[in-house]
Amino acid sequence: MDFDFIKQYTPLYVEAALLTLNITVKGVLLSILLGLICSLVRYFKIPVLNRITVIYIELSRNTPLLIQLFFLYFGLPKLGIMLSSEACAIIGLVFLGGSYMAEAFRSGLDSISDIQKESGLSIGLTNLQVFRYIILPQAISVSIPAFSANVIFLFKETSVFSAVALADLMFVAKDLIGLYYKTDEALLMLVTAYCIILLPISAVFRIIERKLRYAGFGN
Amino acid sequence: MQDLGINLFFQGRNFVRILEGLWVTVSISLIAVIISIFLGIILGMVMNLKNPVTKAVTRIYLEFIRIMPQLVLLFLVYFGVTRTFHINLSGEVSAIIVFTMWGTAEMGDLVRGALSSIPKHQYESGKAIGLTGFQIYLYIIIPQTVRRLIPLAINLVTRMIKTTSLIVLIGVVEVVKVGQQIIEASRLTTPTASLWIYGFIFFLYFIVCYPISRLSAKLEKRWVSMGG
Amino acid sequence: MESTEKILEIKHLKKEFDNTPVLNDISLDIHKGEVVVVLGPSGCGKSTLLRCINGLEGIQEGEILLNGDLISNQKKSMHLVRQHIGMVFQSYDLFPHMTVLDNILLGPKKAQKRKKEEAAAEAEELLKRIGLYEKKKAYPRQLSGGQKQRVAIVRALCMHPKVMLFDEVTAALDPEMVREVLDVMLELAREGSTMVIVTHEMQFARAIADRIIFLDEGNIVEESGPEEFFTNPKTERAKQFLNIFDFDSVHHGSNK
Repeated sequence: MDFDFIKQYTPLYVEAALLTLNITVKGVLLSILLGLICSLVRYFKIPVLNRITVIYIELSRNTPLLIQLFFLYFGLPKLGIMLSSEACAIIGLVFLGGSYMAEAFRSGLDSISDIQKESGLSIGLTNLQVFRYIILPQAISVSIPAFSANVIFLFKETSVFSAVALADLMFVAKDLIGLYYKTDEALLMLVTAYCIILLPISAVFRIIERKLRYAGFGN
Repeated sequence: MQDLGINLFFQGRNFVRILEGLWVTVSISLIAVIISIFLGIILGMVMNLKNPVTKAVTRIYLEFIRIMPQLVLLFLVYFGVTRTFHINLSGEVSAIIVFTMWGTAEMGDLVRGALSSIPKHQYESGKAIGLTGFQIYLYIIIPQTVRRLIPLAINLVTRMIKTTSLIVLIGVVEVVKVGQQIIEASRLTTPTASLWIYGFIFFLYFIVCYPISRLSAKLEKRWVSMGG
Repeated sequence: MESTEKILEIKHLKKEFDNTPVLNDISLDIHKGEVVVVLGPSGCGKSTLLRCINGLEGIQEGEILLNGDLISNQKKSMHLVRQHIGMVFQSYDLFPHMTVLDNILLGPKKAQKRKKEEAAAEAEELLKRIGLYEKKKAYPRQLSGGQKQRVAIVRALCMHPKVMLFDEVTAALDPEMVREVLDVMLELAREGSTMVIVTHEMQFARAIADRIIFLDEGNIVEESGPEEFFTNPKTERAKQFLNIFDFDSVHHGSNK
């Protein structure tokens, strides 16, 4: 193991990790937004949009991110739509993540009984108010575990961004292997980087889930 | 005169080649899933043991596999193992190893969950009629968990097929690689090839995965609501 | 004690689920300050009747009027109508993510746009009366079933409804908690609230009702005062129905 090599190239990994994190955060936030919109469309059964949403969710959940990215990055330019690798990465991640988040929210929404809705209606709230004050807060807390699993899933999925020339962690590792044949060092640093980022995130989510389970307001 | 992209599929053996490429992906997934199911059942049973050592070891294994992107695992096996142990693994074999490791972890956790949901008195009544631990699993516990597991195992197949798309990145010739070859070959005649080919592969994946995930969702709805 | 002012008028109401009739040609007036108890075997349509009044179910024929205004099948303005109709359900229907006080205040604040201080003062006053003032900051899961139902009643009351609907509110409670909920309802009746009650508690029905409506297979079979209904039912169907409960009391009541 060549520790000088590791020391020398650590900054490259840090930079790549920051880029990956940056794109993941943007991708996850937009995914949550898209997922929320989709689950609202499906919850209120808005005509036409509902169908489109169902088709989108099925397409997104039944195709690999890599192929989605290749289509965006190599296919779309032929239609005159040029995307930078970063834009591609974010769009791809949101296309994938939106449907996963939508499903997480939807299972939360489905878990709230009709009686809750009817009690809200019976005190004179409008449908929208019932949703805003009664259904949504409960649904969100129910979907937290699925939601956090999705965040970790999406972060892991970013590893394929290297395939569309984004200089993420995977890309740097591949580069070092290709340029210097320092396979062991490059892979060790790669694994370490993912551990450093994902272990704390997964630990934090676990604590939140436990808090929700034991101190939650649910009965 | 430029060709219309769709004609690509009718030139030579292009269409068949793409399907052959898809079969490489699907067959690797299926092999990995089948091995994973067997190993996963064993892992799940081991995880269910009260022994603190096996508990810790299996836990670490599960966490590691779950936290690492599958692509990283592929690189670890394909590049790392080859160098460290001086064995030359082909991309296909590396892929099967990695997806089996991953599938076993996922399946193991599903099995563990299903097993721990079996009430304790089921084990106790097995003991009461003098069965050994192995017999209790074989005759009482496994039959009850199988129904719960089948939809989840089917769901694992679609996840596996989707994830297998990554193997193009370690040089396996599968559907994407074939697609890239066709795009390269027709770069001059059909400049829009990449749009058509990647679009087509996208739908191929959908056509393969969609029925499987529908089946899984259907079975899950039926069997979970029936209990048992 | 009956004033002539009609709060609720139901005229020839007909309700079907998938072409299966649930309520046939129901006509019923409810006067201000009146307590009407709806009895009948399960599946007779009594809960559906309450749900139709509150607009949770649409109706196929007939009309429902509140203070002379048509309220049936009014999709757009139903939430305004519901502010005047309180309803308490069988299952504990408090909102689990809100404290007792927030549960009560949601309607006054969001639906009626009342000032928080004013509504809160009233809510606290009501909580004091049912003996749950010290629970105002508690979450529903920290309450017993009986306490939850009492809060649910207060939540409906705080909207100043013209009529209160009670849909088997004690059916899901442990026996020892039934009493505390029924006591709150008796108190309301004494104060002159207008109430429509669906219940299986026969003793309670007899004590609280000004009028009994006996429903069977979607029809009003009998309509009479409580004493008359329980001691001398006019129809064979009502006799059979009451016999079920009599048979029950033979088991427990050897010392009677």
